[in-house]
Amino acid sequence: MEKRVYVWEFPVRLTHWVNFLSILALSITGFYIGAPFLHAIRENQFIMAQMRFIHFVSAYVFTVSFLIRIYWLFMGNQYSRLNQFIFVSGERWKNLIDTALFYAFLKKDLPHSPGHTGIAGLTYFIMFLIFLLEIFTGFALYSESHLPGFIWTFMGGWLFSIMGTGTVRLIHHLLMWVIGVFTIVHVYVSWHNDVIEKNGLMSSIFSGYKSIEE
Amino acid sequence: MSKIKDDTSSIWTSLAKKGVSRRDFIKFCSTMAATLALPSSFVPRIVEALEKKQRPYAVWLEFQDCAGDSESMLRATKPTIAEVVLDVISLEYHETIMAGSGKSAEKALQDVVKNQKGKYIAIVEGAIPTKDGGIYCTIGGKTALDIAKEVCGNAAMSLAVGSCASWGGIASAKPNPTGAVGVGAAVPGITYVNLPGCPMNVENVTATVVHYLTFGSLPALDGEHRPLFAHGKIIHNNCERRAHFDAGQFVRKWGDEGHRLGWCLYEMGCKGPEAHFNCPTIRWNGGTSWPVQAGHPCFACASTNNWDAFGPIYSRLENVPGAGYQTTADKIGATVAAVAAAGVAAHAVIRAAKGTPHKEEKE
Repeated sequence: MEKRVYVWEFPVRLTHWVNFLSILALSITGFYIGAPFLHAIRENQFIMAQMRFIHFVSAYVFTVSFLIRIYWLFMGNQYSRLNQFIFVSGERWKNLIDTALFYAFLKKDLPHSPGHTGIAGLTYFIMFLIFLLEIFTGFALYSESHLPGFIWTFMGGWLFSIMGTGTVRLIHHLLMWVIGVFTIVHVYVSWHNDVIEKNGLMSSIFSGYKSIEE
Repeated sequence: MSKIKDDTSSIWTSLAKKGVSRRDFIKFCSTMAATLALPSSFVPRIVEALEKKQRPYAVWLEFQDCAGDSESMLRATKPTIAEVVLDVISLEYHETIMAGSGKSAEKALQDVVKNQKGKYIAIVEGAIPTKDGGIYCTIGGKTALDIAKEVCGNAAMSLAVGSCASWGGIASAKPNPTGAVGVGAAVPGITYVNLPGCPMNVENVTATVVHYLTFGSLPALDGEHRPLFAHGKIIHNNCERRAHFDAGQFVRKWGDEGHRLGWCLYEMGCKGPEAHFNCPTIRWNGGTSWPVQAGHPCFACASTNNWDAFGPIYSRLENVPGAGYQTTADKIGATVAAVAAAGVAAHAVIRAAKGTPHKEEKE
């Protein structure tokens, strides 16, 4: 029998889509800030100012979304908790290996994973770290136009004690590409697994429900 | 260059003797108050201090440098800031402009160090090499490191003028073959102010000395030991081309229409958004111009390790280390993204060919 299971709670779905929208806005505006591809025709256009405004607002939105998701690592249900991302049990590692073998066409069935597969869990853990580094590098670059203060040092200014501003900018830029590549693979794998499992995975990130075999 | 014995006159008296009018003197004091970001109510205090205080003794040391900071001082114009600098301080030793040479010149330096111990100002221009016992810069048989230790170590305060003296400058850029460092790193524990810039801005140097004379203390410093009045704000925030930045009007090529119209130099690699300096307000050569006004991007000359830490002069984004001269971060990113897209497409094709496991059969 298949059963409708409430897998993705509201904070998980909310942060997922807030992340999606803010990353989209951050990538487009970030690209512009890095290399302005539109040039003003008239004096009263404020393209760079608006791009920067959207970038900074989206950055704060993304940071808050990230923090909510971190909070939910400790407060959420069994599918969204910390141990789904940082493996403590051998079972998660076995799931990871079996999923990898399935994706490589070396195994016939996708292991039973009502929440994240092992590969997904580990990948998202790495993505959390990349998000965190993107936040720190971003605020470090942002802090350069502010007077020094504890909050800026904490939010990323500490990076300047180990690397130059050029390196911080390069990391910030390259990680955007990493997130872009992740998005390509992430959307494909979700679609792929939805087709394989026929569990409504794609709609589950809107509704929260998956159809799971008993 | 006055002899030590003769020099008991106050700064104002000696300026008056040189023919500086009272009006110009007050104007100078007002300029100094403005440079130090002090309200006009402080002008009388500065006037009073310069009227009463004796000229402090100063020696100017040159190490690994191009004498650009000396040039910057000597080429200053109205109201003869150079005169004021030379008269605000009593310069006893300056290798480039002093009349004496050889042993008599070195004696002048020794006299100040011995007779004015703990009272004189040591102004240092140029980096100090530390590798191989400091042999890469020697003057009169002594290494720069030993001279700096002796002269700066016995001074009331040291002023590191120019980027080389502040943190090593271009001499310390990778691979830094001579182990060049700034004054603060070469002689630990001294009282010093970094006044970087390539070259230094003479008005900031003078203002620091005036602050010291007026208040008896150093101006407030930032984390890089630079005075906040000169390095508290980024160039970008006071830049005359800032409006073009916000509008989205950029120079794309040297001499293009935007360049002729004075648009923003951001795309040409300008480091104004990261560099803390008061160039846009104080400018150079007596307020004539400054690099961005002249159409060249800022390259953060006054920021620590600008040669290595701020990326290429003419680009905003450096390339990935080891990826080659022509390979930008975006080329790498786009390639990886294309490979990922091709990879998932290939996977989808193989999956379609192999078919999906038939789950519905289980029910």
